Amino acid sequence: MGCGHQSVNNFNMSTSALSIKNVSHNFGDFKALDKVSLEIRPGDFTVLLGLNGAGKTTLYSLITRLYNNNSGSIEIYGNNVRSESVKALRHIGVVFQQPTLDLDLSVRENLNYHSSLHGISKLDARKKIDKEIARINLNDQLKKKVRSLSGGQRRRVEIARALIHEPKLLLLDEPTVGLDIGSRQLILNHVKTLCKKNKLAVLWATHLIDEIDKGEKVVIIDKGKVLDSGNVEKIVKKTKTKNIREAFNKLVGIKI
Amino acid sequence: MSFTIYLRCFNGIVLREALRFVHQKERFFSALVRPLVWLGIFAAGFRSVLGVSIIPPYETYIPYEVYIAPGLIAMIQLFNGMQSSLSMVYDREMGSMKTMLVSPIPRWFLLISKLLAGVFVSILQVYAFLVIASLWDIIPPISGYITILPALIISGLMLGSLGMFLSSAIKQLENFAGVMNFVIFPMFFASSALYPLWKIEETSEWLYYVCFYNPFTYAVESIRFSLYSQINIEYSIGIVIFTFIFLFLSILGYDPGRGNLQKKGGK
Repeated sequence: MGCGHQSVNNFNMSTSALSIKNVSHNFGDFKALDKVSLEIRPGDFTVLLGLNGAGKTTLYSLITRLYNNNSGSIEIYGNNVRSESVKALRHIGVVFQQPTLDLDLSVRENLNYHSSLHGISKLDARKKIDKEIARINLNDQLKKKVRSLSGGQRRRVEIARALIHEPKLLLLDEPTVGLDIGSRQLILNHVKTLCKKNKLAVLWATHLIDEIDKGEKVVIIDKGKVLDSGNVEKIVKKTKTKNIREAFNKLVGIKI
Repeated sequence: MSFTIYLRCFNGIVLREALRFVHQKERFFSALVRPLVWLGIFAAGFRSVLGVSIIPPYETYIPYEVYIAPGLIAMIQLFNGMQSSLSMVYDREMGSMKTMLVSPIPRWFLLISKLLAGVFVSILQVYAFLVIASLWDIIPPISGYITILPALIISGLMLGSLGMFLSSAIKQLENFAGVMNFVIFPMFFASSALYPLWKIEETSEWLYYVCFYNPFTYAVESIRFSLYSQINIEYSIGIVIFTFIFLFLSILGYDPGRGNLQKKGGK
């Protein structure tokens, strides 16, 4: 379940961090998303679980308004992504599936660039960057070119970058793919701690079932449809299985 | 959203482009060597073949090197525009175009900032070229070094937005060879960069019209006239119109509703 118990900043707990209602999306004839609905509250850590090609990245592209949804509505803290995109996008921090750092620029230059995209002043950016980079223990890497960083370090820098403008909703699309077990654990723990401490709403897309902990909220998506959502325990109980892995296999129809 | 926020965003985008340029020294070097090869080898060989009569803005007979200099300046900008559009495709694959597009600042502003950042880099290249070209006795009037600036900005913007439009419209712009064959070469050769339009008209009328309506000709001629502190109304109006058309198309290409971004599945 969520990690938020008290009222969050200026936001009322009744306001959803992310509210998706009946969103469908087609690419030509291909139905990438079919009437997807989901709700995330401030302080929730929600796992979007699905195989590759289930529609996770498409959903992320719609939430971040890389392109518009054909139908349904997406709201971020009450702001419609299409009609109030400026307000909506301000609340989002994103870590995309593909690496997005400039390899030839230093860590600080990358983070400065991001700050300027959000209109943050130089002085302010410096403070915020130092804070975020200290949080992931990469202070000594700030001047280094991203190219010299390991895959795990680059991911952590991307998470730090997504947090510089102090978003209230963090979206991560398969952030641990291609990383070793140690880095994966480090990143997962880091984000879960942020979620608890800062009451950050998190949507974590993955196909790796072992990233789900007890009590967390899961949304299972397959072929563009939400098959089930809710507490891990609730889904396990409902599907009459022993654990979330079995529940997922049963819902998606994977036979082992 | 206040003016300062826009300004910070713009500065950040230009700074990033400038830093990338500084870090990629090969890019600067090749951007400079290319026109110099044309000047040093092609022009030297061609000067005896081609006689250029007196046409405006020139007031005397000029050597062939002097004639093609504006065309080579435009070529620097053409390559730069295509290269930054190519980097935009590469960026998008790398995802950093996405990072830019999810900024809360309106998308048209982000795209224009990115274009102007590219123009800025191309102007640095052009001035470096002009310095070296003076060794070939290509020396415009001193005022020309300043009056060329507006022409460089508008032609850089036109070629950059053409590149940006292509990056949104063409599904696979994976290698530079394709862009060379289908965009850069036809645009460069079917223009007034290497030979005056009246020469072409003598040979083939339809080719003359192709050259005449080629946007690149407008870039070359605007640069040619401004280098001699003159203005040619026809070319100036033409280049502004082309710039608006390409800008409009490129912003449309990246529009989240209509855009070509989603045809590619956002990749």
